[in-house]
Amino acid sequence: MDDVPPYPPIDPTTFDLIVIGTGLPESIIAAAASSASKSVLHLDPNPFYGSHFSSLPLADLPSFLSSHSSSPSPPRSPSSDDPNEFSLLEFATRPLYSSIDFSTFSPNLLDQHSRRFNLDVAGPRVFFCADKSIELLLRTGTNQYMEFKSVDATFVGDNKGNLWSVPDSRAAIFKDKSLGLVEKNKLMRFFKLVQGHLAGEQDVKISEEDLQSPFVDFLNKMGLPPKIKSFILYAIAMADYDQEDTGVCRDLLKTKDGIDQLALYNASIGRFQNASGAFLYPIYGQGELSQAFCRRAAVKGCLYVLRMPVTALLVDKDTGCYKGVRLASGQDIFSQKLILDPTFKVTLPLGSSPPLPLKEKLPFFSLKDDKGKIARGICITKASLKPDISNFLVVYPPRSLFPEQVTSIRLLQIASNLAVCLPGMFVLYISALCNDDDQGKKLIHAVMNMLLTVPLDSESNAAVQSETAEIGCAVQDETSESSSGGPSDSGEEKPTLLWSALYSQELTLGQVDFICSTPMPDGKLNYNDLIDTTFKIFQEIYPEEEFFPETSLENPEGDGDASPET
Amino acid sequence: MHGRPRKAPKPEDEAASSAKAQKLRALQTQFFSFHHNKIYTKEAVELSAKLLEINPESYTAWNYRKLAVEHYLNLPDCNPDSIKSVLDDELRVVENALRQNFKSYGAWHHRKWVLSKGHSSIDNELRLLDKFQKADSRNFHAWNYRRFVAESMKRSEQDELKYTEDMIYTNFSNYSAWHNRSVLLSALFEKKAEGFLLKEKVLLEEYEFIHQAIFTDPDDQSGWFYHLWLLDQTVTTDSPLLASSWPGHGSDVLLVGDRCYNGSAFSPFSALHSDSGLFPIVLSFNQPVGGVNSSTVTVECGFNKNEDLFWKPLSASNSQTARVWVAHLKIPSSDLHSTVEVSVGHSKGIISTRGFEYSHPSMFSFKVHVQPMERDSSQVSVAESISLREENFKVYGTQSEESIIDSSDQLIIKNGHETTASNWRFEALAKEIGCFRELLSLVDCKIGKLTLARLLKAYDAMSYPFANKLVHSEEVLELYSDLMKLDPTHYQFYKDEHSIVLLQKVTSSKESLLQHCFQYKDSVSSAICGPICLRLNNLSLSRMGAFEKLLWVQMLDLSHNELQSIEGLEAMQLLSCLSLRNNKLRSLTALEPLRKLKSLRILDISYNQIGDQSIDTTRYVCSSPLSHSVGSELNRDETVTSDVALINNWEAFYIFKDFNLNQLDIVGNTIADEKFKSVLVKIMPKLKQLDGKLLD
Repeated sequence: MDDVPPYPPIDPTTFDLIVIGTGLPESIIAAAASSASKSVLHLDPNPFYGSHFSSLPLADLPSFLSSHSSSPSPPRSPSSDDPNEFSLLEFATRPLYSSIDFSTFSPNLLDQHSRRFNLDVAGPRVFFCADKSIELLLRTGTNQYMEFKSVDATFVGDNKGNLWSVPDSRAAIFKDKSLGLVEKNKLMRFFKLVQGHLAGEQDVKISEEDLQSPFVDFLNKMGLPPKIKSFILYAIAMADYDQEDTGVCRDLLKTKDGIDQLALYNASIGRFQNASGAFLYPIYGQGELSQAFCRRAAVKGCLYVLRMPVTALLVDKDTGCYKGVRLASGQDIFSQKLILDPTFKVTLPLGSSPPLPLKEKLPFFSLKDDKGKIARGICITKASLKPDISNFLVVYPPRSLFPEQVTSIRLLQIASNLAVCLPGMFVLYISALCNDDDQGKKLIHAVMNMLLTVPLDSESNAAVQSETAEIGCAVQDETSESSSGGPSDSGEEKPTLLWSALYSQELTLGQVDFICSTPMPDGKLNYNDLIDTTFKIFQEIYPEEEFFPETSLENPEGDGDASPET
Repeated sequence: MHGRPRKAPKPEDEAASSAKAQKLRALQTQFFSFHHNKIYTKEAVELSAKLLEINPESYTAWNYRKLAVEHYLNLPDCNPDSIKSVLDDELRVVENALRQNFKSYGAWHHRKWVLSKGHSSIDNELRLLDKFQKADSRNFHAWNYRRFVAESMKRSEQDELKYTEDMIYTNFSNYSAWHNRSVLLSALFEKKAEGFLLKEKVLLEEYEFIHQAIFTDPDDQSGWFYHLWLLDQTVTTDSPLLASSWPGHGSDVLLVGDRCYNGSAFSPFSALHSDSGLFPIVLSFNQPVGGVNSSTVTVECGFNKNEDLFWKPLSASNSQTARVWVAHLKIPSSDLHSTVEVSVGHSKGIISTRGFEYSHPSMFSFKVHVQPMERDSSQVSVAESISLREENFKVYGTQSEESIIDSSDQLIIKNGHETTASNWRFEALAKEIGCFRELLSLVDCKIGKLTLARLLKAYDAMSYPFANKLVHSEEVLELYSDLMKLDPTHYQFYKDEHSIVLLQKVTSSKESLLQHCFQYKDSVSSAICGPICLRLNNLSLSRMGAFEKLLWVQMLDLSHNELQSIEGLEAMQLLSCLSLRNNKLRSLTALEPLRKLKSLRILDISYNQIGDQSIDTTRYVCSSPLSHSVGSELNRDETVTSDVALINNWEAFYIFKDFNLNQLDIVGNTIADEKFKSVLVKIMPKLKQLDGKLLD
C-alpha cells in the first residue's frame, strides 16, 4: 500500500458529497446519494472495496489488520493555515484492531494460493433471507451484482463437543432427535403462538404487559424447558449476553424484540425456494456486499477513486464550516457534505475547541455508549466440523463452554463452494463480544479447542498453547472429558487447523467527531443494525431526500430476482 | 400449490382468457378435422401437441396421439430409431402438458401408455418425478405414477420407503407420502421381506415416527390418518376368527310351536318358537368373510344332511361376504332330542375380505329338543296381540345359571390362543394409550381424544377374553360425550360410537345384560309368555351394535332411542318381535335390514319420522346398494305395475312384501295416513293387526 502509483488528478473538484472509505455504510450512502441525484465522490485509500467489511486474500489480511492496529499516528505537522481562506485539520488514524495473532501450520500450501482465499474481515456474518439487507438489495436492484448460497443449518454446541441441530421450523422440530415428544409439542405451540400473534389473531394476542417484560421471563411463563429456551434465545433470537443473569446482560431482550427476531427468522425460512435454511451467504465472501453497492452508486454517476488517501480536512477559516478535503496527491476537493469511515479522526489544533457551528451538529448516531470489543477468529481447516454438511452456523450460548462465558460465541463454517477458499477446505469464522482482549481470546480459544486439533509443531503455536493454559481449569476439564469419551471423538477425528487469525476489534467509536463517521462492523450476525444506522446518517445529511426512492426499481439493470443461485 | 386463496380475475385476465379460448377453439376445429379424417401427417400431429400444451384436459387429443403413434409404428419403414424418436416426442408433449397442469389425468395416463410400449428409458422417469414431486410434494397423480414407475423398474420397496421418509422429513403434512408408506409397508409385510419379518418391530418404529408428527403439530391431520392405519395393523389379526354362534356351545335349545310355555325345565333364554319348522344356526365372525358353505362348515346332526344346508351371508349389501352367516336346519315335527355338532374351517375356503384364510378350526355342539307342534295353540296366537308396554314386563330373575350369554363367552375364549401369542399388541396399545394421555395433558385436542377413545376401545376388546370385562368403557363413553360437545359438526359420528360402546358395555357381562332382560307378561291372562325380551329402550342410542353378543335375542325393545339406522340388525336372525317405537328413522328404506329377518312377526315402528322428508337421505348415506336393486325387482313383478297405488309406494312394496308380519304399528309417522295403511294391507295379506286394530 505504500508504493501507490502517482495519483491522478480528479475532475471536477466540487461535489455534493464526498465519501471516504468503501465499507458497507459508506457504500450504501454513496449509492443512496447518487440515486437522489447528488454528485458523489467516493474515495478509498485501499486498493480494494469494502474497508472493514471487505473480504481479503489470505496474504493481505495481516497487513490490513496491522495497518489499523498501531497507535494513532501523531499529527505530521501542526495544522497550518493555508495561504487561502481554509484551515487545514489533519486526519489521524484510529487503532481499530488489537491482539492480532496469526498462526500458520501449513505455510507452503497456503502461501501459494493466497489469492484464492476471500476472508471476511468482519465475520462471522450472514444474511437472514428476510432481513433488511436483503430487502434493500431487492429494492435497489443491487442483488444483480451478487450471488448467494444457502447456509444449510444452525447448530447449538455444548461442552462435550456435540453439535445439536436447532429445531427452528416445523419440519426441523419433527425431524429433531434430541427433543422429547413433550418438548416438541411445547416448542411448536410456542411457534404457533408467535405466528398467531404476528398474524394479528385476536385469541392468541400476547398481552402488552408480556411484550414489555424480558423475553426470558415470557419463555419461562410459557413453561419452556431450559434446552428450548436456550435454542430460542441464542440460536434463533441471536441474543449476545446471558439473558438470565441481569448482572452481566447488556442486551436484555424484551419479549417484543424477541418476537420480532423470531418473526424475522420465521420469515426467512422458505422465503427463497432454493434456500433450505434461514440464512444466505454471498459467493466470494461478504466483501461483495459493499462492492455491489459501490457498483450501484457508479451506475448512478458516483465517481470512484481507490488507492487515494486523504490527508486533511479543509474548514472555513472564519466560520469553521467544513469545505472539503485535501488528498494525498495534494489536490483539494470541495463538497457540501462529508462522510468518513471510522478509521479517521480529525486532530484538532492543540488547545482549540471544535468550531462552534459544527459542535452544535454533533451526529447523534456516533454517540454509541461503551460496548466493549468483539473478538474475532478465522480458522482454515481441511475437513468439515460435521460430515455431510459444509455451510452452517454454530452457536455456543452463554456459559455453555465454561462458567465465566457470559456472551454467545458464534461460529460460521463456509466451504469452498462459496469461493472463499481452496477446494476441499473450510473457513471458520468465530466471534464473541468481550470486555477486553484477554477475555476475547479465551472465548475464541475455547471454541477452537473444542472443535479443532491444533498442531503442536508450529512456529506460532506457542501462543495458542499458552492461551489455552490460561483458560482455566473448567475448560481444561471439559476438553479432557470430551477427548476421553465425548461423542465427537468417538467416531471422527477433529479437523486439523491449517491457519488461524485472531484479533479484537473496537466496537466503540472512541471519540465523538464533528464530522459524520460511519460505524464499525458490529457484533451482530447480520447487517440489520448497521443498515438502520446508515439510514439515520443519510437522513441526517439529506433530511429532504428519500432513501432509495421506489423509482430505482425501474432501473433496467435490476431484474429483481433475488433467489440465491445454488 | 396448497392453501392459496382464489382471487377474483382482473379484467385484463378475463380478456386474456377469452383470447386464449378463441385460439383454442380455432385449434380444436382444425384438430377435429384431422382426427375425423385420420390424418397423421407431421403437421397434424404437431397441431395436437399445440392443443394439448394449452389444454392438457383434451382427452380426444390424447387418444388421437395414441392412434398416430400406432399409425407410425405400423409403417413398413419403421425401425428402432424411428420408434424411439416417435415415443420420445410423446414423452416431451406429456411433459409440456404436465407443466401446464400437474393434475391432468389424461397426460399422466398417456405417459403410462407410452412407457408400456417398452421402448423408453424408465430411469429418466424417476428423475422427472423427482422434479415434479419437488414442485408439488403432495400431488397424488405424481405419487400414483411413481408407484407405476417403481414397479416397472423393479425398484425395491425399501428404496421407495426411504423416499417417503425423505419427503416426510421435508414436510410431514403429506397424505400422499404417508399413504404410500402404508402401501409399501403392507407389501413388505406380505412378502416377509428381510427386516420386515417381525411386523411388531416395524410397527413400533412407525409409531415412534408418527408420534414425532402428532406431537409436533397435533392439528395436522395427515399424521393421524397414518396412526389410524397403524392402529388397524396392530388390532386386526390377519386371519378371521369365529366370534360367536347361535346356538352357543353346550347349550340346550327347546324348539316350541307355541309362544307360551309354562313350567318348562328350560331357561327362557334357550326356548325358541318356530312356526316354520326351520331352525337357524348363526355364525358371527370378527370380520367380514366369504366362502362359508357346506364344505367349509360341516353340521352333523341326526336329521339333516350337511350338504343340504345352504349358508347365507347377512349383510346390508348383496355381496357374498359378511360377518354373520346363517343356515337353517329343517326340524322334523316329531319329538326329538338330538345333538348337533358344527365344525368351522376344518377345510380351507373361508377367507376374509382382506384375503386372509380362516386358520383356527373350531367346533361347537348343542342339543336340540323339539316339542311337537300343537295346531290349536297356533290358532290362539293369531288372536293374541303383543303389546310392549311397561306394565307387561317383569324383571327376569337371575335364577338361570347356564344362559346363552355364557356359552357365547366360551366360544371366544376358545379362540383366545391367537391373542396370547400377540403380547406385543397389548404392549403397543398400552404404550400408545400412555402416549396419548400425555398429549391430552398438554393440549386439548379433538383428534387426540378420539384416538385415545379408539385405543382404549381396542385395548378393551383385546383384553376382554382374559379380563371378562371392559375396563375402560366408562372412560371411553366420557370421551365420546366430551367430543359431542367439543365438535358439534361431527356430533352424529361420536354419538354412533358412543352408542356402540354403550351396547358393548351392556353386553359385556352377564350381570349387566340381565338388568336389561325382562319377561313378557300378558296383561289379560297375566301368564308369563314367550321368550326373554331384551329391553334397550331409553338409552339414547343412535346406532345398534354388539350383535355378536345378541344373536339369541327374540324380543327386542329399542323404543325411545335416537336410531336413524338399524344397520346390522339382520344379524339377529331369531328376532320375532321388535319395537322401534319413538326413534328417528326417516325412511322406509332404513328398514332394509329387517327384510332378512324371516322370523319377524311383530314390528312397532310407530312415532318415527318416516315420510317427514321428501328426500330419502338413507339412500345416499348408507352403503346399501338398495337404490340399484329396487327398480329391477319391481319391473319383473307385473301384478304390481297394474296397481297405481302400489307404484306410487314402490318403496313400501319393496320393503314390506318380504315381511311375514302379523302385527305392525306405524302410527305417528308422516307417511302413515289411511291411504298408505290400505296399501300396506294389500302388500301384506297375512297382516292381522295394524296400529292396534284387528284386520278382517
